[in-house]
Amino acid sequence: MNSLDQALWVLLLGSLLGLELIGKVPPTLHTPLMSGANAISGITVLASITLIAKADGSTALLLLGAVSLGFALFNVIGGFLVTDRMLAMFSRKKSGAGS
Amino acid sequence: MSAFDVFGYGIDLLAVLLLALGLKGLSKVRSARSANGLAALAMGLAVAGLLIQLQPSATAWLWIAVGTTAGGVLGLLTAQRVPMTAMPETVALFNGCGGMASLLVALAVALFDPSDSGLVERISIVISVFVGAITFSGSIVAMGKLQGWIGTPGWTQSSVRHAVNITLALASLVGGVFMASATPVAGLAAGPLWLLVVASTLLGIGVTLPIGGADMPVVISLLNSYSGVAAAAAGFVVGSQLLIVAGAMVGAAGLILTQVMCTAMNRSLVSVLFGGALGAGASGGHVGGGGDEAGYTRIVSCSAEECAMALETAERVVFVPGYGLAVAQAQHALRELAKLLEANGSEVSYAIHPVAGRMPGHMNVLLAEADVPYEQLLEMDTINPEFPRTDVVIVLGANDVVNPDAKTDPSSPLYGMPVLEVDQARQVFVVKRSLGAGYAGIANALFELPQTAMVFGDAKAVLQQLCTELRSQGVGSKVAVAA
Repeated sequence: MNSLDQALWVLLLGSLLGLELIGKVPPTLHTPLMSGANAISGITVLASITLIAKADGSTALLLLGAVSLGFALFNVIGGFLVTDRMLAMFSRKKSGAGS
Repeated sequence: MSAFDVFGYGIDLLAVLLLALGLKGLSKVRSARSANGLAALAMGLAVAGLLIQLQPSATAWLWIAVGTTAGGVLGLLTAQRVPMTAMPETVALFNGCGGMASLLVALAVALFDPSDSGLVERISIVISVFVGAITFSGSIVAMGKLQGWIGTPGWTQSSVRHAVNITLALASLVGGVFMASATPVAGLAAGPLWLLVVASTLLGIGVTLPIGGADMPVVISLLNSYSGVAAAAAGFVVGSQLLIVAGAMVGAAGLILTQVMCTAMNRSLVSVLFGGALGAGASGGHVGGGGDEAGYTRIVSCSAEECAMALETAERVVFVPGYGLAVAQAQHALRELAKLLEANGSEVSYAIHPVAGRMPGHMNVLLAEADVPYEQLLEMDTINPEFPRTDVVIVLGANDVVNPDAKTDPSSPLYGMPVLEVDQARQVFVVKRSLGAGYAGIANALFELPQTAMVFGDAKAVLQQLCTELRSQGVGSKVAVAA
């Protein structure tokens, strides 16, 4: 299923999708959007997990896989939470208008 | 294809769809928060789907648990503890770690995976190592510069840096070509790989180090795009289509966001990357050099008391918040002063420059935290025509974004950057700790204008003094009368 041209098509279409997803962004959202996109780029966790699961008893692979999983997950968890913290302030401002 | 495979594909497709929707939603104010949650959900789904497909052994589960716990706990603590003012640095740190993860995956496969690797796999490893290493070292340097740990060394502003970076790029290329073509190197089987790792790490440092702090948000956004590319390359290495599509998507979206941010700052990406730090070169006019006070001759300073007297009679007051406000954590004190002024019958608003602070949107986040009403935050294009009929402008720790040279002096490094035209107002008070230059490292002609007075001090302390002064004048207690 992972033939090269299939993978290249996936790459091409994924890039095109990314180019189209973001058009106009209000300056207010630049920082949260960057932070959110950054969290998504931590999707390398999938590679780390694959590495560990297919390590086949190699301690070096297990170890490197676990370390890279740690780094990637730090990116993912931290990234999503920080983004949420930022965005929570915007939403509170709206509901807080009456307070 | 078994039903099991179809199930796995279904989960992957759903995850991609949700990631795309999440990314899209993040660019609209109304949907941003739920979109972020959606993207997080998609990520969880992707991981769950992968675990179902791979069915890891007990040992593998153990190692996955170790990595998950370490990264998860650290991420959780960092995200909760970090102050809002340090957000740009934090994003840089997270981003660097994402790059490191891609680098490590590629290294592990290159060094320890016994299975025979084809050309495509080797090319993918080279790209993953190269981009991953640049992302990592570049992001860490960006973080260090924003934190003030790392300065801008003099040699990085001369043409030496181009020679250094080109050499490093060539060294990476050599390492990469040898690595990809699997050319045997006698006695040094992993030699090309390590050359690639070291050269691309140094390249990341060499490219980021010369860039001035004011441009750092753009750099972080670009590095964020790189980490998407690194993830896509890692997807080729381990053969995961989901990783390829998600990585490519973030890489491309990051590029667009970088472009959007450049436009907001009126800078081109090329000049950010290759132009060096703003104002660090000897480009005539008002170049003050970081922290240097010599350039000023006509500075008028005044006390908080005098400032308070001007505020008491002002009908229309505009605050211009900048990084100094963020550093002093003065947003709540500012809100309090604004409330007093409103009670006194003044019309109060806040002028938000697109790149005020250290990152676009930084000020909006801080002021929202202090419950400043959304309608009072005015963007540059809205507020600029209003300055001529403004009585008092108070600039709080902002500098380059209010520099009139950007409009009038073609020799200024800031020339052409859109600025807040506070020099049009009747009276301007600049609250600042010292006469030190702003992040761009250049002097500010605003400080010498006849209508400008400097109030030296920490933003929070000054704001609190202003509140005290106003209260002692009876402002706030006679609300009904004033209204």
